[in-house]
Amino acid sequence: MVDPVLASRLQFALTTIVHIVFPVMSMGLAPFLVYFTWKSIRSSDPLWERQRRFWTRIFAVSFVVGTVTGLVLEFEFGTNFAAFATFAGELFGGPLAIEGMMAFFLEATFLGVFVFGREKVGDALYMISAVAVGLGTWLSAVWILIANSWMQTPRGYELARQNGQSVVTLVDPVAAYLNPRFPWMFVHMQSAAVLSVALFMAGVAAYFVYRSNDGRREHADETDPESDSSAAKGGPSGPETTAGTDDERFWRTTLKIALIVLLVTAPFQVVHGDSYARHVADTQPQKFAAMEAQYETEAPAALHLVAIPTDPSALTDPRAENLWTIDIPALASVLASGGDPSYAVQGLDEFEGSPPVAIVFWSFRVMVLLGFWFAGLAVWGAYRWGSGDLFSDRKLHLALMASAPLGFLAVETGWIVTEVGRQPWVVQGLLKTESGVSPGLTGTEATVTLAGFALVYTGLLLGYGYVVTRIIRAGPPAIESTDGAASDGQQNRASRPEDDAATAEVSGDD
Amino acid sequence: MTDLGVFSPVAFALASAIDLPTIWVVIVFAFLGTFLFLDGFDFGAGALFATRTDEAERERILAAIGPFWDGNEVWLVVFGGGLFAAFPPIYAALFSRHYLLLFGVLGALICRGLAPEFYEQRDDERWQRWWGRAFVVGSVASPFLLGTFVGNWLLGTTVTEAPATLLVGLAIVSLTVVTGGAFLALKTDGDLAADARTWGRRALVAYLSVIAVVLFALATRFSVRETLLEPVPLSLVVVSAAVGGGYVLALRRKRDLVAFIAAGGLTYVLVALVATLLYPTLDPATGLTATEAAISPLSLRLLSLSAALLVPLVCVYFAVLYSTFSGPVETEGY
Repeated sequence: MVDPVLASRLQFALTTIVHIVFPVMSMGLAPFLVYFTWKSIRSSDPLWERQRRFWTRIFAVSFVVGTVTGLVLEFEFGTNFAAFATFAGELFGGPLAIEGMMAFFLEATFLGVFVFGREKVGDALYMISAVAVGLGTWLSAVWILIANSWMQTPRGYELARQNGQSVVTLVDPVAAYLNPRFPWMFVHMQSAAVLSVALFMAGVAAYFVYRSNDGRREHADETDPESDSSAAKGGPSGPETTAGTDDERFWRTTLKIALIVLLVTAPFQVVHGDSYARHVADTQPQKFAAMEAQYETEAPAALHLVAIPTDPSALTDPRAENLWTIDIPALASVLASGGDPSYAVQGLDEFEGSPPVAIVFWSFRVMVLLGFWFAGLAVWGAYRWGSGDLFSDRKLHLALMASAPLGFLAVETGWIVTEVGRQPWVVQGLLKTESGVSPGLTGTEATVTLAGFALVYTGLLLGYGYVVTRIIRAGPPAIESTDGAASDGQQNRASRPEDDAATAEVSGDD
Repeated sequence: MTDLGVFSPVAFALASAIDLPTIWVVIVFAFLGTFLFLDGFDFGAGALFATRTDEAERERILAAIGPFWDGNEVWLVVFGGGLFAAFPPIYAALFSRHYLLLFGVLGALICRGLAPEFYEQRDDERWQRWWGRAFVVGSVASPFLLGTFVGNWLLGTTVTEAPATLLVGLAIVSLTVVTGGAFLALKTDGDLAADARTWGRRALVAYLSVIAVVLFALATRFSVRETLLEPVPLSLVVVSAAVGGGYVLALRRKRDLVAFIAAGGLTYVLVALVATLLYPTLDPATGLTATEAAISPLSLRLLSLSAALLVPLVCVYFAVLYSTFSGPVETEGY
């Protein structure tokens, strides 16, 4: 049987790694949904209503899976980490409770209106519900990140004794909640969520643009030679004669919007990440040392592009003596200090206990590399857009398709750096992770639930992937125009509230 | 005590007027009761889903709870969050002691949450049959395991020590069908509504019988006997019987909304009974009272202030949601 501490840590790692996918999807989609809702209300073009409906379906599925997996995390603080819950409950439980009351209710109730209520509420309330859902997802992040950032840079507390146990008590709510890490984490996380979803949208859109180009090619081959000129290079303003023109326009718009968002968030994330790393070096030098595989304090410290222990046992023992590295001299010092090449980077040897360096080091590198790739991809896309080849550059489309899930990978690796990098502490400098585990927990119990979750979560991810793939394959929903052509949309919409009221009255008498 | 800046007058007024730990006992149990009432009708509708074979009727059941259940389930999240935030040692002791049971609850809730979402994704019969089953199993297992959890909480035992608490689980399942029956009667018509009324009445008989057995078992075997015979718990039991009578009458006369409210009344009375039997000890196993287990006064005031500002807002959201989707669900579904 696995040791209860290890099993609990693995279980928490597994449940968080799976959970984070869904809030990222919700938080990232939220601004897009608000925008699509706004456009669909203001514009007579059915394109926007289709955009709204299509992405809302993915949002709704993600939200449901996010809810059930998030509940697991809340419970795990009590079931697996009872000692942590008792010790830090006053600082940690408060934000969780406020998250529920302030954010989660807002999101969950208005999502009901947003998903099921388009025909039942007027434009204003409908718009409000879109904004409320989005606001709910983002406020959720505020409170969860307040709780998490406090574990990274705890402030505003005092140690006290309660019922014979050591606990933290709140003495300065502002210092505790707005602790130094919080703004960094929030900005980085929200930008990552929007960036990830923009990449996802761009990837999905690129897939359909790529396919429709295929279709056009075949079509062009069949009907050669007359249609040749119109179909070969389907520029945005090119004549649209095939049956799929509406869908083509749909995906081209999606691609453009996603690319604009990518162009803003991706470079921002690189720049922000750089300053964030400096902040980590200041406030959690131990984590920074693990990110850079810096075993001994050095000035100037080189940046290890690659660091591989020469002895395999050193993969598990972070105190590796022999690293095979490719170095850039003094760069770690420059990064940690913001420009000073002679800055002394603290090594892991200065701290008691250290995180599993290999995991942190490589996760960090994957995240950074992906960050640069996303920025490059955005620039590539923008360049092609500028040169008029956005919808015909097949290499770009393939790159975007391949990158669709990579934003999520970057988020995962980022969280691994954050959480694994804090080890052996669960609350930095205050409580060791091993001391946070429930005292009465047996290895059997912890292993049983770990195995159960491994099974359930695998099924859950497969199921989610399957459903989302189906939604994407089905493509944007057709808008059935019952009363007139699409160009009359504005008028239809204006008359809808009265219709609804009438329908409601009729069905209410029933 | 450190001041709360601009909030200090409010916080001071709150603190000097009332006993905050006790207020938080009420709040936490009110969250639990609201969850049991609102998500209870989802669970009950899920259980009654098993009694329908007609595809259109099944779709209507799903359509009836579709807009609501997400919001309803958040009450469980804030129950857990509120207990954690106000009484961390109780949350920790209670949740770690019922380790496997709570993972059972989570498994059931995952099943319950995903099933309708997946059910709707495909029209093929096999797919819907399996997700339909998952939906029913999750809808029945969630309240059953939660009821068992609350039963053990009340007695300060674990499932293996007091298998009688499985009866509490059964009682909660019946109660959700009582609520779900009234809800479906309210939201649908025809055979479905008529059958929902019948099932609701049957479930009420089951609920009251099981509760009677449970109370008898408690009174003879466990230390809660003395508190059970005090005026407040006794009167709550009497109120339950009376409200139950009202429920049956209301369903007979097809006053479904009244029946639904009566079902809510039954739920809150039951949760109040549990709270009364526990108080002032919040967890009989550890013996910690609410005051001993509560967080520091500053934190508790801050939390109270948040709740005082936010809970009324939450009520507004629910008012918007329920009024948007008031009236029967359309046969066509969504």
